[in-house]
Amino acid sequence: MSSLLSLVIFLPLIGAVALLFISNRDGERDGLIRQVALAASVVTFGATLALWRGFDPMGPEFQFVERRPWIPIYGIDYYIGIDGISLLLIVLTGFLTPLALLSSWGSIKKKIKEFSIFMLLLEAAMLGVFAALDLFLFYIFWDAMLIPMYFLIGIWGYDRRIYAAIKFILYTMAGSVLMLIAILGLAFVHSSATGNYTFDLLKLYELKLAPTTQMWFFLAFTLAFAIKVPLFPFHTWLPDAHVEAPTAGSVILAGVLLKMGTYGLVRFSFPLFPEAAMVFAPWLAGLAVIGIIYGALVAMVQPDMKKLVAYSSVSHLGFVVLGICAVNVQGVSGAVYQMLNHGVSTGALFMICGMLSDRRHTRLISEFGGLKSVVPKLTAAFMLITLSSIALPGLNGFVGEFLILLGAYRWDWRFATLAASGVILSAVYMLWMFQRVNYGVVTNPKNEHLPDMSTREWWMLGPTLVMAVVMGVVPNLFLRPMEPAVERMVQRVQAGQTRTVRAEPGAAGTQAFGPADPEARAPRP
Amino acid sequence: MDNLQAIMPMLIVTLAAAATMLAESFRLKDERMPLGGLGLIGLVGAAAASILLWNRNTTSFGVVQSDNFALFINFVLVAVGILTILLSSQVIDREELPAGEYYSLVLFSIAGMMLMAAATDLLLIFLALEVMSLAVYVLTGIRRTDAAGTEAAFKYFLLGAFSSAFFLYGVAFTYAIVHSTRLEAVALAVAGRSDVSGPLTWLAVGLLLVGFAFKVSAVPFHMWTPDAYEGAPTVVTGFMSTGVKAAAFAAFVRVFLSSFEPLRGEWVTVLSWIAVATMVVGTVVGVAQSNVKRMLAYSSIAHAGYLLVGIIAGNASGKSAILFYLLAYALTNVGAFGVTALLATRERPRGDLADFAGLWHSRPVMAALMTIFLLSLGGFPPTAGFVAKWYVFGAAVQEQLYGLAIIGVLTSVVSVFYYLRIVVLMYMTDSRAEYEPPRLTATGLATLGVAAATVFYLGVLPARVIELATRSIDTIF
Repeated sequence: MSSLLSLVIFLPLIGAVALLFISNRDGERDGLIRQVALAASVVTFGATLALWRGFDPMGPEFQFVERRPWIPIYGIDYYIGIDGISLLLIVLTGFLTPLALLSSWGSIKKKIKEFSIFMLLLEAAMLGVFAALDLFLFYIFWDAMLIPMYFLIGIWGYDRRIYAAIKFILYTMAGSVLMLIAILGLAFVHSSATGNYTFDLLKLYELKLAPTTQMWFFLAFTLAFAIKVPLFPFHTWLPDAHVEAPTAGSVILAGVLLKMGTYGLVRFSFPLFPEAAMVFAPWLAGLAVIGIIYGALVAMVQPDMKKLVAYSSVSHLGFVVLGICAVNVQGVSGAVYQMLNHGVSTGALFMICGMLSDRRHTRLISEFGGLKSVVPKLTAAFMLITLSSIALPGLNGFVGEFLILLGAYRWDWRFATLAASGVILSAVYMLWMFQRVNYGVVTNPKNEHLPDMSTREWWMLGPTLVMAVVMGVVPNLFLRPMEPAVERMVQRVQAGQTRTVRAEPGAAGTQAFGPADPEARAPRP
Repeated sequence: MDNLQAIMPMLIVTLAAAATMLAESFRLKDERMPLGGLGLIGLVGAAAASILLWNRNTTSFGVVQSDNFALFINFVLVAVGILTILLSSQVIDREELPAGEYYSLVLFSIAGMMLMAAATDLLLIFLALEVMSLAVYVLTGIRRTDAAGTEAAFKYFLLGAFSSAFFLYGVAFTYAIVHSTRLEAVALAVAGRSDVSGPLTWLAVGLLLVGFAFKVSAVPFHMWTPDAYEGAPTVVTGFMSTGVKAAAFAAFVRVFLSSFEPLRGEWVTVLSWIAVATMVVGTVVGVAQSNVKRMLAYSSIAHAGYLLVGIIAGNASGKSAILFYLLAYALTNVGAFGVTALLATRERPRGDLADFAGLWHSRPVMAALMTIFLLSLGGFPPTAGFVAKWYVFGAAVQEQLYGLAIIGVLTSVVSVFYYLRIVVLMYMTDSRAEYEPPRLTATGLATLGVAAATVFYLGVLPARVIELATRSIDTIF
């Protein structure tokens, strides 16, 4: 099917439009609305799996390509297609959205129709971001995604939701408008070099930019992505947004939205501006390492478990950025792998926080204690996810972090060493929280009669548990489809660098060594 | 007869205005008469005439040129006029405004606007400006018993008359330099002579610039805007914030990007600073407003700044971007003011921000419509406002005006803050119990619905309109 990818993007949209026509003035059709929304997201997930089935890792770089002229005068196309990296992130999005919708069944009680519509709109926009190959189209999806998230936080969030929602949208916009200018600038440079406008990513990859231009454009793109990741010191919107968002919002925010920042680095910042990327990579990596350690230390002292998980995201995403900065196959594939891991395990952690707060209406760690004897099944699930989050070998987190550290070590051992301390710190804060919540005796009488996992909760948490194990045991299932894409990205960055430094445009395919430190940057899978 | 072709659109609108006035005077005391219908017929007729004139580039009397540029503006003005008339009927009943005068004033000012966009003689531009402005001054104060409205009209009139004088002085100085007020004669004279640069030229260009800056409410000539916008009936505010702006920008572009293009070096720096100040003041001061109409007034100042960026870029995409922007802005802003107007009641005519609190719970459709218009004003995809901004800033980037483009996008982030304040109030705060907003009438819903749908259409599938805008500028520049 040639338009399968479009179908994936627009299925949630169709679901949202269908919901619009279900009248639900006094909430009498809440159940139906929930089911329709869930069905739409499950069907979307099925369609993303069909994409995976039809995807040939050894095939052309971008598959399921669709291209229709959109604004021909300015060379803007509706141009979508996926490689291994975007494929996996699209599957992740499809995987998490139904779980997030399920997680809202217990906690969202008002305006269910609007909630479901915003969730589905958000899903469509996220899928679009990962599939877009035209920069204009990409920016449309990128910005369009802010609106539903803003409403999700602002309407269904906790006490300080309005502040968090506005902070989220203003921070993200401030970064992305500069990227818009850089996108326009790129198209302009392309038109003055070749005589026609284009926003086609693949054509812009070929564009040769002057070093200063590269630098400014790289900074504009990277600022947008760094805020989204969020990279230290642009992370301050994240704890607010996470803590105030409803559970479903947090799951999507942590699971998918943050990945857009790192995806942007892999897809746009580095390959479009390879030379500037090499100049700034050590700085980015430095910020990433600061983020790893800082996020972990701040997470350790949080009294609120949702905030703890939020700060742990800063730390985990720091690993991802570090892996990307290493620009070798291990680092980048580790980074992509870690994006998936973080989506699964942090998504699950937020669901667990949501489950506990649905039961107790508090998220303070000190309010809990000894839950193991009250809700043993929940504790067991919690345990598995905690271990996955701290990268225990055999579970998913380990593969990603190991590859990233390996890649980072081959690039610059100092970053790797510092980052490795983050692995230890993450064990400290996660296990300490786990211990305070679950072990010991029940000190708070309110905790004595909490219900254990319900069937619905098994359905929403179960898939993440399975994935945590599967991704830890058979990583090749996920590494294989992304490998060619990762190699191409690494080659593109290094070749681009060679091309601009040595002015040898033909060297792209054959000469894969970077100029400064060929030993460390050689792409040897 | 051939001579009349180019003025057909404005002629039809003027006739409709006269018919409305006559009909009103023949009306029995308590007879209800669909006076607005006459206006609608006139506007549709004007649109039809504009379609027939498309691509024909006709001229009347040597001073009115219906080129595609003017015709595109005609379409914008017709859209603004139709939306305004449809939204007005409810307000006229509520506020007991004199319907006949109201509609004919709207139509007269539209005729003036159309003439302003098509005039190719500085004196005729001045006349058109006065036709348009006088009608709008009266419309601002049409609630005669309302002190705020009268005050607003008076302020607007005094400052407006002042700026008209500036403009007229500019025309006089231009005549003194080139011995003609025809735009093509000015262009020829300015392009052909090397000695045009001098104090006299500066005065001419500067005074014309002030006149236009006043009409488009650019900083520092914006002082009248918040007061006039707040005092006028809200539908009128929607009308004048879009119609006057479209006409003034059309003449601005025609005068400065064709006749005075060779003198670009003289005015572009000043205009750049005006644009920066307009964008910054419009957004930053807008943040502090507690009245929706004042807030939207500052927003319209900011949008004038973005449009000025298009003039400064001055290239082909800048000019067509201005056309697209004016259309997108017109639909969006009339919509936003329309929602505000239909929400007002006799007891609460002002449009306090607080009146929007919890609107989502009591009137979800109105809240959704308002949100769409606000998001478009803020420049979010996939709405018309995004494409418009992308277009203008793209034109600026083409001319390497990165500074202006960056200030533009950053101020639009600031403006998002105040647009979202209304969204926060509507969706995220509880309604105030004592205030029951009026229901949306079928006409109101249909009108605003069409406006919102068009805002989406221009945001998702802008290619055709962009192409039209691109072809509109071919004929004159």
